[in-house]
Amino acid sequence: MNLLGKLSWDSIPHDPIVIGTLIVIAIGGAALFGLITKLQKWGWLWREWLTSVDHKRLGIMYIILAFVMLIRGFADAIMMRTQLAVATNGSEGYLPPHHYDQIFTAHGVIMIIFMAMPFMIGLMNIVVPLQIGARDVAFPFLNNLSFWLAVSGAVLVNISLGLGEFAMTGWVAYPPLSGLEFSPGVGVDYYIWALQISGIGTTLTGVNFLVTVIKMRAPGMKLMQMPIFTWTCTWANVLIVASFPILTAALAMLTLDRYLDFHFFTNDLGGNSMMYINLFWAWGHPEVYILVLPAFGIFSEIVSTYTGKRLFGYKSMVYASGAISILGFIVWLHHFFTMGSSASVNAFFGIMTMIIAVPTGVKLFNWLFTMYKGRVRMEPPMLWTIGFIITFSVGGMTGVLLAIPGADYVLHNSLFLIAHFHNTIIGGAVFGYLAGFAFWFPKAMGFHLNPKIGKFSFWCWFIGFFVAFMPLYVLGFLGMTRRLNHTDNPDWNIWLYIAAGGAFIIALGIAAQFVQLILGFIQKDKNLDKTGDPWNGHTLEWSLSSPPQFYNFAKIPHVDDIDTFTDMKEKGTAYKREESYEPIHMPSNTNAGPIMGAIATAFGFAMIWHIWWLAGASFIGLIVAFIMRAYAKDTDYYVQPDEVARIENAHLDNVAKG
Amino acid sequence: MSTNMSAHADAHHEEHHDTGRNTTFGFWIYLMTDCILFSCFFATYAVLFMNTAGGVSGKDIFDLTLVGGGTAALLFSSITFGFAMISAYKKNKGGTLFWLAVTFVFGAVFLGLEVYEFHHLIHAGHGPDKSAFLTAFFSLVGLHGFHVTAGMIWIIVMFCEVSKSGLENRTVTRLSCLSLFWHFLDVIWICVFSFVYLMGAM
Repeated sequence: MNLLGKLSWDSIPHDPIVIGTLIVIAIGGAALFGLITKLQKWGWLWREWLTSVDHKRLGIMYIILAFVMLIRGFADAIMMRTQLAVATNGSEGYLPPHHYDQIFTAHGVIMIIFMAMPFMIGLMNIVVPLQIGARDVAFPFLNNLSFWLAVSGAVLVNISLGLGEFAMTGWVAYPPLSGLEFSPGVGVDYYIWALQISGIGTTLTGVNFLVTVIKMRAPGMKLMQMPIFTWTCTWANVLIVASFPILTAALAMLTLDRYLDFHFFTNDLGGNSMMYINLFWAWGHPEVYILVLPAFGIFSEIVSTYTGKRLFGYKSMVYASGAISILGFIVWLHHFFTMGSSASVNAFFGIMTMIIAVPTGVKLFNWLFTMYKGRVRMEPPMLWTIGFIITFSVGGMTGVLLAIPGADYVLHNSLFLIAHFHNTIIGGAVFGYLAGFAFWFPKAMGFHLNPKIGKFSFWCWFIGFFVAFMPLYVLGFLGMTRRLNHTDNPDWNIWLYIAAGGAFIIALGIAAQFVQLILGFIQKDKNLDKTGDPWNGHTLEWSLSSPPQFYNFAKIPHVDDIDTFTDMKEKGTAYKREESYEPIHMPSNTNAGPIMGAIATAFGFAMIWHIWWLAGASFIGLIVAFIMRAYAKDTDYYVQPDEVARIENAHLDNVAKG
Repeated sequence: MSTNMSAHADAHHEEHHDTGRNTTFGFWIYLMTDCILFSCFFATYAVLFMNTAGGVSGKDIFDLTLVGGGTAALLFSSITFGFAMISAYKKNKGGTLFWLAVTFVFGAVFLGLEVYEFHHLIHAGHGPDKSAFLTAFFSLVGLHGFHVTAGMIWIIVMFCEVSKSGLENRTVTRLSCLSLFWHFLDVIWICVFSFVYLMGAM
C-alpha cells in the first residue's frame, strides 16, 4: 500500500501561471506569518478570534474569508475575460483548455459557495442576534464549528491550485462528465469534498439560526415584529435546512459512483445522470434564493433607515419572502428545460418561474414607496440599493424571458444565460452584501469608512457591471455558447473586448473596497463611532455600543414595536442607565471548532488522494473530538454585575459626550 | 456576597432550563434535514429500482423472513428505548441503564442481520456495482444502517455517561435527543420495509 495514495511529485502543476500564483501566495503567506510572529499576536489570534464563539467575531471572520475568496474568484474572472478577448480569430490565447476549464469551474464554485455564502452568513451572524435582542446564537460552539467547516472547504479548493487539479466540469459537475470514466483525475474529488464539508457546516448554521430566532427573541417580540433582515434571513435558513441535505445526498451518490463503482449516474448498468441534475438543482435553485433573500432584507433596512421612514408594507415584505421561498422550491426544472420533459411539465415550471416575479415585484414597489416623499440620504449603502433596484430589474426581466421554455431552447447554455445570472447575483446578492457591509461596518468595527471611496467603489461596480455583462446578452443572441475557450467569429470580437474592459472597471471597484478598508484602519482614531447609532437606526443593534459588548445586551430589552429602537428613542427609554445589573451567563471560547475543522480538512484531503489510513484515522478523530467536546468542562462562565456596570457606564458617558 | 451567590444560582438554573429545550428543538430540526437526506435516497430508489440491467430484481433477492426478523428487532428496540426514557424521567438510574442495554442488543441484532444480508448478496454476485437497482438498494438500506451504527455508538456513550454521572438535566436532554433519533430511524425503517422490501417482493 502506498502511504501517500495517489499523491506524488508529479501532482504539482508545471504551468507557469500556476507556479507564479503559488510563489505570490507563498510570499504573501510568509509575510503574514512573519508579521503576526513579529507582533507576537499568535496567542491573541488563537484565544480571541479563532476559538471565539462570539457570533460577532465569527461574522467578521466569515466576511474576511469571503473577501479572500473574492480575490481568488475574481482573479479567475479576469483571466477568463482576458483569455476570451485575446483568443479571437482562431488565436488560442494564453490559457490552454485544460487550465481554462478548471478556472471557470473554480470561479463558479468559489463565488457561490466560498464568497457569497460566507459573506451572507457573516452578515447574518453579526446582525441577527443583535436585532432580536439575544446574547448569542442558540448553539455558540456549533456556530464556531460551522465557520471552520466552511474554511475547511475553502482550504481544499485552494490546495487544488498547487496539488493536482480542480474539476474541469463546470461548477455543476454533471455526470457522466464528472464520473470516473470521463474525469479520472482528482479534480472532481476536490470539488466533492470541498462542497460536502462546507455544505454540512451550512446546514448546521441553518439549524442554529432557526432555533435562535424561534426560541431566543427578546421578550415581547412577536414573530411579526422581527426586523425585516432577520425575517429574510429566517426564510433563507428555512431554505438552507430544506435544500442543503439534497446537495449532501447528490454529492454522496456521486462519491459512491466514483469511489465504489456504484451506478447512480453512470451511462451503463442502468444509471441515470438526469437524477443528479434534478437533485443538484433541487438544491441549486433554492440556493440562489438563500443568497438573495438576505440581500433583500439588507436593502429593506437601508431604504427605511436612509429615508428616515418606517418600511412601507412590512407584512407584505414578510409574506413576499415566504412566497419566494416556497416558489423557489418548485422551479428547479427550468435549469434543464432541454432535458426533454413533456410540454406540460415544461409549461408548469415555466409558469411557476414567471410567478416568482410577482412577490419580487411587490418588494420592489415596497422599496419605491418607502422612498416616496422620504428624505433620501445618498450615502454609499443607499447608492448600492438604488443601483440594485435598477440592475436587478433588468436581471429579473431577462429571467422571465428565459422562463419561457420555447425561448430557453434557443438561449440555453448561451452567454445570454451567463449575463442573466450574473445580473441577478451581482446586482442582487453582491450589491446587497456590499450595501450591508457599508451599513453595518461601523457597528461591527466601531469606526467609519471613507464614504467618498465607498461611492467611487459603487460607481466602478455599477458601470463596470453593465459594461462587462450587457455585451454578453448580445453575444448570447449572436449564438455564442458558454464555456468556450477560444472563438473564431469576427462578429463577436468587439463585444468580447468591451466585456473584458468592464471586468477591469469592476476590478477598480474591488480595489477601492480594499483601499477604503486599509484607509479606514489607518484613520481609525479620527472616525470612531462613539454613539453606536451613526445612521439614526431603527432596530436594536443600533442601541448598543460600536462594536457591541461581548455580551451584547447588559439587560435584555422589552420589545413593543417592529422598529424597536425608534420606539425606544421616541418614548425616551433609549440609553437608560440601569440601577443594577444581573450576572450574565456566557459561553467560553473553545479550541474544539478549529481542531475539528483541521481534522475535517485532513479527512477531505485523504479522501481526495486515496490516502486511506489518514482518511480512517481522521474520521475516527472527528468522532472522538466531538465526543470529547460533549464532555468538556468549563464551557461557560459569568460576567459579574460590577464589570457590566463599568462597561455600560463607560459607553453611556461616550453617548452623552456625542 | 451571599445575595450575589443566590442571584448567580438562579440565573444558572434558568439558563440551563432554556438550553435544554433549545437543544431538543435544534436536534429535531436536524432530524428534519436528515429526513430530507433520506427522501433523496428514496426518490433515487424510485427512479432506479427498475433499472436492473438484466440482473436480479427485488423479487429475486429479498428474503422477507430475514428482514422481518430484523424489523421486529428494531421495532422492539424502540419500545425498550421508550422504557429507558420512562426510567430516566423517574430518575431511575438502574432501570435506564438496563433498558439502554436491551435497546443496544436489539439494535445489534438488527445490524447483524443487515450485515449478513449484505454479505450474502455480495457473495452471491449481487453487489452494488452490478446494476443501478442494486446501487440504489444498497445505498438506501446502507444509509439507514449507517445511522443505526451511529445511534449504537451514541447509546454506548450515553450508557457511560449515565453510569458515571447519573441523570442530571443535561444527561436527560441528551437521552431525549437520542430517543428522537432512535424513533426517527424506526419510522424511516418502516418506510424502507414497506416501499423497498414489501413492494419489491410482491
